[in-house]
Amino acid sequence: MDPILVFEQKEMPQKEIPDFGPGDTVRVHYLIEEGGKKRIQKFEGTVIQRRGSGIRETFTVRKISQGIGVERIFPLYSPNVTKIEVLRRGKVRRARLFYLRERKGKAAKVKEKRG
Amino acid sequence: MPGLVGKKIGMTQVFREDGTVVPVTLIKAGPNFVVYRRTKEKDGYEAVALGFEEAKRANRPMMGIFKKAGLPPLKKIVEFRVDDSSQFEPGQRIDVDILKEGEKVDVTGWEKGRGFQGVVKRHGFAGGPRSHGSKFHRIPGSVGATTDPGRVWKGKKLPGRMGNERVTIKNLEVVKVDREQGIVAVKGGVPGARNSWVIIRKKG
Repeated sequence: MDPILVFEQKEMPQKEIPDFGPGDTVRVHYLIEEGGKKRIQKFEGTVIQRRGSGIRETFTVRKISQGIGVERIFPLYSPNVTKIEVLRRGKVRRARLFYLRERKGKAAKVKEKRG
Repeated sequence: MPGLVGKKIGMTQVFREDGTVVPVTLIKAGPNFVVYRRTKEKDGYEAVALGFEEAKRANRPMMGIFKKAGLPPLKKIVEFRVDDSSQFEPGQRIDVDILKEGEKVDVTGWEKGRGFQGVVKRHGFAGGPRSHGSKFHRIPGSVGATTDPGRVWKGKKLPGRMGNERVTIKNLEVVKVDREQGIVAVKGGVPGARNSWVIIRKKG
């Protein structure tokens, strides 16, 4: 087997990662250090892509904050990503939802997957 | 222990406890074996030769050396200068855990060959303007004066073969050591292609 994969497997923290993908609405619990104090910050939005593989995998979450689009990229296996909650499943037809960046208001909504 | 011989595997990343991402190069360097010793009395200098990776065969004189050490033939052998080689025994196994996490090492590799390259890529010349009627793009320009000296100075930077050189990167941090797999992860890049030989040298 590829020794890089074996090495990455060992380095990956044993944490539970829910099954989620582009279009899903998630709440990411992110550990931040501020003035010597640690606290959990939550970032809620739509997953617009997952990229990379193994320990290098990251995902991008997009949300509209005070009318301004904000995107954050999280490393999936970062020890600072303490929890990922899936709030809603989205019905999408592609893996990268960059077209959401050009849309505003209701047009930028992802339909929910049912059943 | 002066260092290790290994093979570059490739790059990946590792998380520190505080969540920072560290880019690392993985080097397969274990196990190494002591193949032979050089001594002041016999050879005029003190050194120990480490070998890595089993081979199917070796030539006859080398076979004799391997036999004496009680080892199978090894592909790569590198001598390391030491102050006193008597502490090493031919046949002795050396694992990657002679390196500690957080330690600094020098890593030597052989660069990727780049073939015959022009002066812009090879020496970082600026080149000329690309447009506005310019016909002076990537050529070396003047290579010297006229009748005096009447020749091109030695060492003048000109096009030619690039790469394929032995390069040492100093003070790389050892980030992870995996004894079972014989893998060392050093921070940052290491010269050479994947599967090329590298030498890890301990500091001091």
